[in-house]
Amino acid sequence: MSHLVADKLNMRFTTPAGATVHALQDISFTLSKGELLSVLGPSGCGKTTLLNIIAGFLRPTSGRLQLDENEINGPGVDRGMVFQQGALFEWLTVAENVNFGLRMKKFPPVQTAKKVTEWLEIVGLQGFGDTPTYQLSGGMQQRIALARCLINDPDLILMDEPLGALDALTREKMQSLILKIWQETGKTIMIITHSVEEALLLGERLFVMAPRPGRLHHQYRLPFAAQGISRDLREIKNTPDFTSTREEILSMIWNMEAEIMGKANMA
Amino acid sequence: MIVSTLTIVLVILLIWSVYYGRNIVRTEKTDAVFGNPSRALRGWHWVIAGATSIMLLWFYFSWDIARAFIPTSGNELCQVAKLNRAVNPIRANFPLDNRLLRGTLLLQRDKEQIQLLQQQLDKMNFAPDESPELRSIIKAMDGVLTAQTDPAKIDPQIVAQFDNIAMRISYLVDQMSVPNYPGKPDFTEQAQAMKQSDWGAGTIELPVLPMTDRGRKFAAASLVMHQIAKDYMAIRNNGATITKQLAEIRTRYQNFVVRPVEDAAIMAQHKRFIRQIDKIYKRIDDGKIFPPGLTQAVEAALIRLDQEQHRQQGTLFYIDALIMPGGTIMAGNSACSEQGAGRWLPKPSDTFKTFLRLADPAVGYKGTPLLWYEMRPVAEIVAWVIPDWLPELMPGEYPRHNSQGIIVNNIKSKTYNFATGNYNSLSVPFPIGHIWDSVVRVLAGLLLGIIFGVPLGLFMGLSRFAKGYFDPLIELYRPVPPLAWAPLVLTIFGIHDDGKIFLLFMVAFAIMVISARTGATGTQLSKVHAAHSLGASNWQILRQVILPNSLPEILTGIRIAIGVCWGTLVAAEMLAGTTGIGFIENVARKQSDYEIIWVTIILLGVLGLLFDLIMRWVIARAIPWRGKG
Ligand SMILES: Nc1ncnc2c1ncn2[C@@H]1O[C@H](COP(=O)(O)OP(=O)(O)OP(=O)(O)O)[C@@H](O)[C@H]1O
Ligand SMILES: [Mg+2]
Repeated sequence: MSHLVADKLNMRFTTPAGATVHALQDISFTLSKGELLSVLGPSGCGKTTLLNIIAGFLRPTSGRLQLDENEINGPGVDRGMVFQQGALFEWLTVAENVNFGLRMKKFPPVQTAKKVTEWLEIVGLQGFGDTPTYQLSGGMQQRIALARCLINDPDLILMDEPLGALDALTREKMQSLILKIWQETGKTIMIITHSVEEALLLGERLFVMAPRPGRLHHQYRLPFAAQGISRDLREIKNTPDFTSTREEILSMIWNMEAEIMGKANMA
Repeated sequence: MIVSTLTIVLVILLIWSVYYGRNIVRTEKTDAVFGNPSRALRGWHWVIAGATSIMLLWFYFSWDIARAFIPTSGNELCQVAKLNRAVNPIRANFPLDNRLLRGTLLLQRDKEQIQLLQQQLDKMNFAPDESPELRSIIKAMDGVLTAQTDPAKIDPQIVAQFDNIAMRISYLVDQMSVPNYPGKPDFTEQAQAMKQSDWGAGTIELPVLPMTDRGRKFAAASLVMHQIAKDYMAIRNNGATITKQLAEIRTRYQNFVVRPVEDAAIMAQHKRFIRQIDKIYKRIDDGKIFPPGLTQAVEAALIRLDQEQHRQQGTLFYIDALIMPGGTIMAGNSACSEQGAGRWLPKPSDTFKTFLRLADPAVGYKGTPLLWYEMRPVAEIVAWVIPDWLPELMPGEYPRHNSQGIIVNNIKSKTYNFATGNYNSLSVPFPIGHIWDSVVRVLAGLLLGIIFGVPLGLFMGLSRFAKGYFDPLIELYRPVPPLAWAPLVLTIFGIHDDGKIFLLFMVAFAIMVISARTGATGTQLSKVHAAHSLGASNWQILRQVILPNSLPEILTGIRIAIGVCWGTLVAAEMLAGTTGIGFIENVARKQSDYEIIWVTIILLGVLGLLFDLIMRWVIARAIPWRGKG
């Protein structure tokens, strides 16, 4: 039974100057419950646009989009979003950020406090509840954004380059954290990334998108995310399987770029 | 005593803070590069340096330092000024302060006029026998001028008069150089001098009677000089021959009868010509033109007097030049006064005294204290806040008396009594006074501006309709300087608090709308998106995301609005009203009371600074995340 169904999604933007940008063209796919999907693609191929449409922040120009058989028209609590830069509310403390969704729902305060403590522990920030968020490092902020999203218990978690701004070490820890959460909660997760390695590690399925107009170029099914739960991530990265897949995808992206450049030169 | 101590303390503070600051700069040089904004953080010692510099400049330019350190200098310079004033009538004749000798100047002018008359005569149509006579009269006047400047024709008596003046000035100079001139002061004179109030202490600006030996020397010399000058002014170049010549000319033009002409206009022209001859005749008759060499002895004597005076002044000269900048002390008929900076820049100590006088609630200004309190019933204070139209909202009608003449209060009349404070209650102290009035007006206008401006601004930042619809309204009235609105607003809403508060509301409203709108427009889209997907309603997003996100702009707006309101208020109070700091300044301005003007200026500055410090504190407290998000 498919969870998320996208059927021939098209998105055209009109710039203030009057030009039309065909950002997405005929995107169709389905996602089952509990699947982990990563999306890879060159800059400007419409990844963020796709995610925004699924989140309900944008309306597609044409096409259908269903979550659990319900048409998506507008943002909702069933889809949680983690942004590239955290998008934390810097006037609130860590705890207030994390419990924001619950407060909006007027959830009982005592239970809210309990849940916040739980989630801070999961993301490894116990004791930071009263700290203002602007005093935290980028990695810590990203973990809060994760907790803020997950505490709301959404069916589908959307992440737009959540680890893009982090250093290698923090990044690896966060990758493990995401895998752990995926396994423990069984959530459907869709991650956009720029890093091929990350896409391989954090995707049961992998979409590679091509630009101008943005479309699905290639789909993969990968074993690495499932392995990552029990094995060290660096070990996986060194397996021949992983390296060959990585090279394959990299060369495909290179070809794609060359093709685009060629097109641009011809035009 | 206080001022001199304070000055020394200020100088020490200034030197210390500069020294301290220099040391810090030296130690920091290694870890702070130019362009790093954190280099501007802290540095309270530079605040001290700046504040002390301003205070010292004020003390200096208002001559408070001169008065504190050399209290006698004012009185002594007053005596010097007296001598200057006495010698001035003579000095003015010589090219000492002027470019030309007075005689040269007069001669030049008279000759020019005579020439002009001759030219005019050619163009006038006097009868053929009249013209030569007039021409000869004019020529005769020219002859007198020549005779006046001829050393050979000068009356020896006049020469003697000049010699006398020169000798008397020389004698005075000699006298002044004698150390104990003019001798011991007589007892009553001294007692009187000592009885005078000090510089700036009494009602008279400066003590006018000489209090020191040096002063007495100048005072005595000024009396002698006064007489010499009087005698000098009386000298006229009217020896026997010149008098005879002049008398002849006079009879000639007075006997000249203007022959009647038909044309009345020409007749009038002719008469006017004769009057002009009379005018020039009178100038020449003044006899202020002498042969060139004659006044030289007096001039030399004056130069000697100058030198002696300078010598006798001694340190006074430097005191005047160095610690009484931008002016000097001048003598009038019976009093001396400060002229220049010392006059229009009141001394800090006097200003402080004036402030203390005004701050005394029993004195105040125009019957109102600056800031005091009054026992007021709580009912009245509550009624002040509650609008008077509240009872009209109540159901029913006001009660009427019945046939027994009894009035039964109902809910409407009870509310009315409540809204007007018409019931017994406890009295509590309540602030009153000019300062309170001004502050309340500003805060009321500001509060109204915030209450109405912030919601509208946020709305305009989020809604295309609101932006488009209200933009013309705000953008059309905002660019008009608030004071341009004042006459209209004060007419409509009254010159009392209502009008002023409305004017300030207009000022604050526009600023608050614009800042709230900027804040709302600047909200990061991703934050709004995040709030949406966390399940926040539109109202919750407005309240929890847009408002806090706009808070930096709103608070900055309030900070600006307070400043602008403060400025507008003072100007509005100057236009109309009977209380407030602006009112005080306006009255003081009309009376040229510089000290009170300074008191109000400083009050305004200090209160404005206080507002700003409070806002800075609030901003630091309320939005610590600013610039770090
Ligand atoms: N509001 C908009 N108006 C016009 N064009 C837009 C708008 N938003 C996106 N686009 C265009 O749509 C295309 C896809 O943009 P999108 O942000 O989805 O790319 P992306 O794949 O997320 O890129 P990146 O990896 O750099 O984040 C781009 O060409 C962009 O210029
Ligand atoms: Mg993007």
